[in-house]
Amino acid sequence: MTSESTERINAENITEDEFFFGHKACAGCGGSLAVRIALKVLGERTLLVEPAGCMSAVSFNYPQMSFSNNAIISAFAGTGAVLSGLKAGAEVMGWKDYHVLGIAGDGGTADIGLQALSGLIDRNDDVIYLCYDNEAYMNTGIQKSGLTPFGTSTTTTPAGKKGKGNLKHKKNLFEIVAAHDIPYAATASIGYIEDFANKIKRASEVRGTSFIHVLAPCPTGWGIDTSETVEVAREVVDNGLWYLAEYYDGEYHINRKPKEFKDIHSYIKRQGRFKHLDEEDIKEIIAQRDKTWKRLQQYSVGQ
Amino acid sequence: MSGKKFISGDEAFAQGVRLAKAQVISAYPITPQTIVVERLSEMVEEGELDSKFLHVESEHSALMAAMGAAATGARTFTATSSQGLLYMAECLTYVAGGRFPIVMMNANRATALPWSIYGDHRDSLSLLDHGWIQIYTENAQESLDMAIQAYAIAEQEEIRLPVMVNLDGFVLTHTYEAVDIPTQEQADAFLKPRETWDKLDFDKPVSMAYTVGPDLNEEYNLLHHKALLNVAKHIENIDVSFEKIFGRKYGGLINGYRTEDADLILITLGSISGLVRDVVDELREEGVKAGMIRIRFMRPFPAEELIRETAHASAVGVLEKDISFGFEGTVYSNVNSALSKSAHKISTYDFIGGIGGKNISKEDVRSCFAAMQKKESEEVRFIGLEVEDDI
Amino acid sequence: MIKARLTERKKIRRLSELPQGGSCTAGILIEKNAGWRNKRPEVDPEKCVGCHQCYLYCPDGVIVKAQKGIVIDYDFCKGCGICAKVCALKAITMEDER
Repeated sequence: MTSESTERINAENITEDEFFFGHKACAGCGGSLAVRIALKVLGERTLLVEPAGCMSAVSFNYPQMSFSNNAIISAFAGTGAVLSGLKAGAEVMGWKDYHVLGIAGDGGTADIGLQALSGLIDRNDDVIYLCYDNEAYMNTGIQKSGLTPFGTSTTTTPAGKKGKGNLKHKKNLFEIVAAHDIPYAATASIGYIEDFANKIKRASEVRGTSFIHVLAPCPTGWGIDTSETVEVAREVVDNGLWYLAEYYDGEYHINRKPKEFKDIHSYIKRQGRFKHLDEEDIKEIIAQRDKTWKRLQQYSVGQ
Repeated sequence: MSGKKFISGDEAFAQGVRLAKAQVISAYPITPQTIVVERLSEMVEEGELDSKFLHVESEHSALMAAMGAAATGARTFTATSSQGLLYMAECLTYVAGGRFPIVMMNANRATALPWSIYGDHRDSLSLLDHGWIQIYTENAQESLDMAIQAYAIAEQEEIRLPVMVNLDGFVLTHTYEAVDIPTQEQADAFLKPRETWDKLDFDKPVSMAYTVGPDLNEEYNLLHHKALLNVAKHIENIDVSFEKIFGRKYGGLINGYRTEDADLILITLGSISGLVRDVVDELREEGVKAGMIRIRFMRPFPAEELIRETAHASAVGVLEKDISFGFEGTVYSNVNSALSKSAHKISTYDFIGGIGGKNISKEDVRSCFAAMQKKESEEVRFIGLEVEDDI
Repeated sequence: MIKARLTERKKIRRLSELPQGGSCTAGILIEKNAGWRNKRPEVDPEKCVGCHQCYLYCPDGVIVKAQKGIVIDYDFCKGCGICAKVCALKAITMEDER
């Protein structure tokens, strides 16, 4: 997979069909935006798998069904496996012109679903796996996941008299996935939605498994206003705490390297989950950011 | 491949799955199930079976992948055993509630701890409440035949539920027997390709495996319960049409032996039944009115059939390879509950044996009948112990 | 245009009226989301140039592209305010619900 998609998706040419509509996600939910856009890019002939989690909880309560395309809910740990089963079934049934898409959260992907995801990539089944990362188990009430960043106050890593919130840095999920030598993997942010949409499109053109890790803020869990989701999702890219990158043909590519990282203080201070952090903690976050970028740049080609 | 062949229970089951033309197979290896998936892999590779074989990384994924494939309308198969079955346990309730007609072979094996790769029925019996049809076969021929029949049952419109076919680990899975392998023409005449309206559909998109609130959740469970009960209604017809084509029949949910006038009846599951039949014959020679019943289906449970079959019995014993710790054997609990509705009073006995692959001897079986005959106490007893129970 | 549609909830009186399998019809809504809203987005047609960034960024898909500018589906708008934030021309303002 080396060739760029021919026509870039934008607000004008994306389909007006809405495949994820009338759902009960919280106002300003970043995850629901990722789901909506991914389905608009892939279209009505998309077989969707979601595990237990926010996106299935808000859309799949009989008889209120918010998806207009075919969709199935998997056991929490089973997204990767159901994807393979759907693809195999669609093949033996002789179906043509369709996409198979799995959408799971950070916990469903990087924690309980990691084994099935690894199995899926190992089989290299021709499907797309989308992880919307809101950096904690939001559906169950904001508990720490393997993708919760350092310093986050969650209900299981509460910041208190002694506690600084979560003491672990995020797992390097993108690199874990790339280490499988997957045909296509990318990171994205709902703050740069066209970039995300075009990565979904590119994933759909790849033969074999593709994986997209999209950062999707959760106003409820992050302690931000419902209107700030997109703004925060941009800021986290601009200050380098999240990065936009791709992996294909066995190589890493950084899509967007800010000339100078935006100061992270405003990003930290505007979020309730970080309000307890002091300068020392912010230094630790910056050090970890710089370490990640150094590593990424070392093994990335071009820009 | 057809005609008489000398093959193991696992191989026989694989032949049945081939003849049933399972379209997607997903499985993860575990002793003593491995041979069935090895044979199926070979068949796919050799082109004898036109099927997609998914190499999954766990039993949990094996069943989830089978569910995904079944959601497209494909015929699916998976197989497991013991810890593997327990590892996929959450998926069992899932695919049953979602009405996915998956067929799974389970090689019955003891559950850890202590570790044992040998057979007993604690793995599958501990999952009786997970909403699957559960079948226990006696020999390799029945295993092959039930692999084919299982799809006819699972896919029946009034049933549409997954089926677990249980084969005793090693005793059945690894023992070679002469097995008649039917022709593909016979299998095709019996079993049509799977057709269903309950699937993902581009013309009429659906939502599958959804949430139902407290208002209607119980109602969905009642629907599931009724679908499982429907097996009893269809199993005899399925067996009759099977006999017409293959010349073999197995009867319904149970299989009685010399029960017509039997005073003492021993109930069993699976491969131990042959030995019990031999003992029944010996006791008949000695003038004891003995009989036996093999339960073929633990779900749906053959309550009415058992009451009918024990109409003349004064005592009924259950010889089973499991124990529900802190109470009694699970088969016994089920049998006892059914017989409590019998018109006449029957003494019931629970004999636990064969745990972790322990041998059950002819003497052990005779001791079960002796206990019933002497009207010994009805407390649960472990038979065949090699040490004195002094605790 | 494909989109989940609002229908009246059918009262289920018999088991046989429930979906008899693992699937049910996709894209069926029985409730609106309008009640969630404290503030409502109002578009100033004079300022709106129809760049449709609000349409693209709406998590609920309630902004519909119109001949000129946009139309908001207030039955399903939750009033999150993202549209107002992403509008470079400040053509959308969040007004208190009356």
